[in-house]
Amino acid sequence: MKRYGTWIGWCAVLATLPTLAAAEISGKVTLKGTPPPERKVAFDALCGKLHTKDAFTRHYVVGPDSGLANVFVYLKEGPPGKTYPIPEKMPVLDQVHCFYEPYVMGVLVDQKFQIKNSDPLMHNVHATPKVEGNKEFNVGQPVQGMVTERSFSKPEVLVRFKCDVHPWMFAYVGVLPHHYFAVTDNEGKFKFPADLPAGKYTVVAYHLKAGEVTQDITVAEGDKKELAFTLEAK
Amino acid sequence: MELPPIRRWLTRYAWMTVGATFVLIWLGGLVTSKGAGMAVPDWPNTYGYNLFLFPISQWMGGIFYEHTHRLWAALVGLLTAGLAGWLWARETRGRDRWLGLGAMALAVGLLGVRAMPVYVGLAGLALPVMAWGLWRFAKQPAGLRWLGVVALAAVILQGVLGGLRVTWLKDELGVFHGLLAQSFLVLLTVTAVLSTAWWRRGLVQSDEVRALRLPFVVATVLIFGQLTLGATMRHRHAGLAVPDFPLAYGRLWPRLDEEAVRRYNQQRIEVVAAHPITATDVVLHMAHRLGACVVVGAVVWVWTRSRRRLAAGHPVRRLAAVWLGLIGVQFTLGAVTVWTNKAADIATAHVAVGALALLIGGVMCLVTWNGRWVRRVMGAGAAADRAGGAGPQKGISVGSIDRTATPSGCVIAMHDRGAAAV
Repeated sequence: MKRYGTWIGWCAVLATLPTLAAAEISGKVTLKGTPPPERKVAFDALCGKLHTKDAFTRHYVVGPDSGLANVFVYLKEGPPGKTYPIPEKMPVLDQVHCFYEPYVMGVLVDQKFQIKNSDPLMHNVHATPKVEGNKEFNVGQPVQGMVTERSFSKPEVLVRFKCDVHPWMFAYVGVLPHHYFAVTDNEGKFKFPADLPAGKYTVVAYHLKAGEVTQDITVAEGDKKELAFTLEAK
Repeated sequence: MELPPIRRWLTRYAWMTVGATFVLIWLGGLVTSKGAGMAVPDWPNTYGYNLFLFPISQWMGGIFYEHTHRLWAALVGLLTAGLAGWLWARETRGRDRWLGLGAMALAVGLLGVRAMPVYVGLAGLALPVMAWGLWRFAKQPAGLRWLGVVALAAVILQGVLGGLRVTWLKDELGVFHGLLAQSFLVLLTVTAVLSTAWWRRGLVQSDEVRALRLPFVVATVLIFGQLTLGATMRHRHAGLAVPDFPLAYGRLWPRLDEEAVRRYNQQRIEVVAAHPITATDVVLHMAHRLGACVVVGAVVWVWTRSRRRLAAGHPVRRLAAVWLGLIGVQFTLGAVTVWTNKAADIATAHVAVGALALLIGGVMCLVTWNGRWVRRVMGAGAAADRAGGAGPQKGISVGSIDRTATPSGCVIAMHDRGAAAV
């Protein structure tokens, strides 16, 4: 019995070795300068009933330490030769209280994701990709709880989604051939999956309004890098 | 074949169709201004329902604008089919009448098949039919039936274009849809005008009026160019590319380099899902502003020429003044559109007044055109009306007029074969 326990222990160590050897990238994106003020959303009667207080656009969501949310951070090119199994759990782009949630998200190329209508009213989901090979689509979701599954076959940063029934509703989905991407939270922080092989990479931080900055990095096995990006509102 | 006199009810019906089309352009403008063009993702159905059976309880948000536009478009289509059929039945006899009416009924009936290949086929057929109809009308301008055929083909093409814009997800089709709408309004108005007593009596024909044809044509073409620019801007869905007026980003001519455009986009806080602007959007916007100045100049030219050449109270001179006023309103609406950050109602009014400006230009081109064609229309129409023996109550009789001083002081002469000024 003791022998079996030893074997299991060694197997566990071996299984975690690649992860231990892999690099881990995380960081923060901050905004320099004062962004223009957000505008109040004028809901229609039905959507207005779902809100008890005013809602505003989400172009610049800036945290207390100037951390900038909704920045899509990603590796310009993933590690060569590495494959990425499609995760079983599908990402969800939800429609809640006449807003898309999340505002920015990422998926893998050919990864199916769900678009869900959680509202007790009708929406349409209109994706407007620009890259050839990614198909534009426009589907109605008249019933609460309705789910539509879609995927994109080419990398694209970022694909815009909008609801033409409620034109203030729009969101963005980044499509990449690798899974080294993240969207900054309300503090401007992000973290890539912790299985990045050693190598040289270019990290891109892209915000729809503030623009794009890049950093070239070299990571060794087991590195833990903390990156800092600054975007500017001019 | 002698043509029967035009009944006043036909003229009234034609004007009603013009009115309905103007409302439709307003509604269409509202759809684009509200960003609701794709709010109903299917066509010809509406969220799976037959267009006419879509529950009112679901007419919400952008669906309300798009669905109302579709319903009103169906009404305009039926009105146009009625007008085309009426004109055809009025001017033909025997086999020609039934063949023509049968072809029209078939075209309208095929729309009910509700299959995409049928729609595309009808749209493809509409263009040659329009060309053919215009050619036949030019050859036989005494009758209006070929204009009716052109109008019916145009309204079918317009409807299918609107539907394909939705199902094919092509912004570019929206530009053609918008321009065809404006042209269709002019076509219907011309048809209505040609059927009026005012036109068939030739009250406005004179050398002085004909001398104004160049300014009128130039100004009308410029207005159409301006509408094309406007439609292109709107259907790029980039929102307001230049947010200040009369300056542009604080300058006479805005910077267009990459850094400047990036900064413009950074500063834009759109409430709706607008595309980021590009240098092309800014240039288009500025061209539209410059175009507005050129149009104002052209219409001022028309107005001063008409004041110089025509007596006070002459209908053409009055219409030129109305036109100038309308262009002034349009210019103001353009400025207010910028100042209100493209408020949907203002932007829509801008579209509608633009359509009216084109309409007046189109009619005035017709009035001032001094070709053999116009004389033939008037001569043949007058002869036909006289042959019909209809008086003012039933039809329009003008052939007996030889030399008349109009209330406005415009002296005209009418002859059996045409009109000439004295």
